[in-house]
Amino acid sequence: MTSMDFLMLTKGPLFQLAVAIFAIGMLARMIEIFALGRAHNYAAPRGSAMAGGLRTMYKRFHTDPGTFKAAPFDVVVGTIWHIGFIVALLLFIPHVELIKSTFGIAWPALPNPVVDAVTAITILGLLAALVHRLSHPVKRFLSTTEDYLIWGVTFLVMLTGYLAYNRLINPYPLALGIHILAAEIFLIVLPFTKLTHIFTAFVARYYNGAIFGRKGVQS
Amino acid sequence: MAPSNPQWPNPRPAAAHRTLGESLRRNGVSRRGFLKFCAATASMMALPPSMAPAIAQALERARRPSVIWLSFQECTGCTESLTRSFSPTVENLILDTISLDYHHTLQAAAGEAAEHARETAMRENAGEYLVVVDGSLPGLGANPGYSTIAGISNYDMLMDTVADAAAVIAVGTCAAFGGLPKADPNPSGAVAVQDLVKDKPVINVSGCPPLPMVITGVLAQYLTFGKLPELDEYNRPLAFFGQSIHDRCYRRPFYDKGLFAETFDDEGATKGWCLYRLGCKGPMTYNACATMKWNGGTSWPVEAGAPCLGCSEPDFWDAGGFYDALSVPPGNTGDTLMMAGVVGAAAGIGAGLAGRKLAKSAGSDHKTVTVDELEQKL
Repeated sequence: MTSMDFLMLTKGPLFQLAVAIFAIGMLARMIEIFALGRAHNYAAPRGSAMAGGLRTMYKRFHTDPGTFKAAPFDVVVGTIWHIGFIVALLLFIPHVELIKSTFGIAWPALPNPVVDAVTAITILGLLAALVHRLSHPVKRFLSTTEDYLIWGVTFLVMLTGYLAYNRLINPYPLALGIHILAAEIFLIVLPFTKLTHIFTAFVARYYNGAIFGRKGVQS
Repeated sequence: MAPSNPQWPNPRPAAAHRTLGESLRRNGVSRRGFLKFCAATASMMALPPSMAPAIAQALERARRPSVIWLSFQECTGCTESLTRSFSPTVENLILDTISLDYHHTLQAAAGEAAEHARETAMRENAGEYLVVVDGSLPGLGANPGYSTIAGISNYDMLMDTVADAAAVIAVGTCAAFGGLPKADPNPSGAVAVQDLVKDKPVINVSGCPPLPMVITGVLAQYLTFGKLPELDEYNRPLAFFGQSIHDRCYRRPFYDKGLFAETFDDEGATKGWCLYRLGCKGPMTYNACATMKWNGGTSWPVEAGAPCLGCSEPDFWDAGGFYDALSVPPGNTGDTLMMAGVVGAAAGIGAGLAGRKLAKSAGSDHKTVTVDELEQKL
């Protein structure tokens, strides 16, 4: 197989397969959560459940002082690489073109060198997170195989993207093919692991906020 | 194959035995012009400039090699490329100076005389002649009737001609990789030369068409060193195909700055910004267009405002839309998402309803036990 065959395989049938598995898995999981519904609450509401839910969806972005004091490394490094990942995913021109071709919508992107720098910072952040996880006795004790798996698939997407953009693997069709393959593995793994938090975190925040909002309590 | 006919005159003129140096002087090429060509060849082949005199010496002494040019499933664009030249350049004369003993488009002979020329050249230069092929050909399992010459199938003609050749040069993307004839659904079962010729060196000079200078460069290297150039993973000469269009593109600074043309007539297009978003395949394409340019160094597609199509790469016809960005996959991802989404949603609703039913029936399915029953079990 030549590097061009490999690129065409990853860009063509493998990409369609990964997208299909991702869409089936993620929608099945999300809709199952919604279809289960919530137990009916007979108490008279003291506040708006929806307002509380939406407020909490946003407010959880602010780290509470207690958490920051207890684990500053996790908060700082975690925030940096999460933002870096989202910037690289959504604001890199080739990715915007891919989204435009799939959904018909596009938005302004960042200049390539900015995304390149953000990617480098994200890769360093992910490495630091892994070192911390391995060296911190409690974190290490709590870590499961799945935790290392999802770190691996996330790291691979970022690393291969960096290598492809900077043309550090030759020939380029091979570099691009490897990056696309890494992204496909990420998409396939996403609905069946903790990576679902990309979507479910907001559902959980909403439910949490809605319960308190209905009771008229801050959350 | 038509039997060789002794009544045909020898198609090889006396000039065949002149050296290249003599031929060039007869054609009015100055020593200065010739050395300039040698220096350019040296730099193209990534040799130190001090090698230029050695190349000149070797070329001057070189005997004209016999070249048999076979045209199969092709559009003649490759021949057009090689013969189109604004002034008689040294590259052109190098081509004139090789002994092109058989070429459908360029030879005066026709019919049996043409085939006779090919057979004579093969017989007289057995083991030494070069075969240049442009165009793909129907493969072994395909109907040979899709492409024949003088009643001979392309396959038979290629294998017969190649048998005593020194090397084969596949000119153009069709000969090198199958090109347009091999594009999906490949009705004629087209294959590339390297798919069939396994026991001779095959050099691929891809491009649709390839740069004229690349083929003369390969010939010059063969004449100079008596051996074939260093090749990449696709058997292309590294000297010309070693770097990507993207890496040598004069618009590269705009890519690095994030300045792109988004339509063919917007501000970016007018200002000559990067054509990535308009479908430029430069990042995955390895060729010398960006450095050597076309039409005597006048311009090249990207300079003219057209994105690179990636024509020197295998299967470029099937590698997605020419005007879709490189990151856009071929096929309709939107449809895949829609269909998979419907399946996923149905599965989710099913799972959700099953969960609800389980929760509802939990009360009615609950069985009570008395203390006596429990004690009996214990």
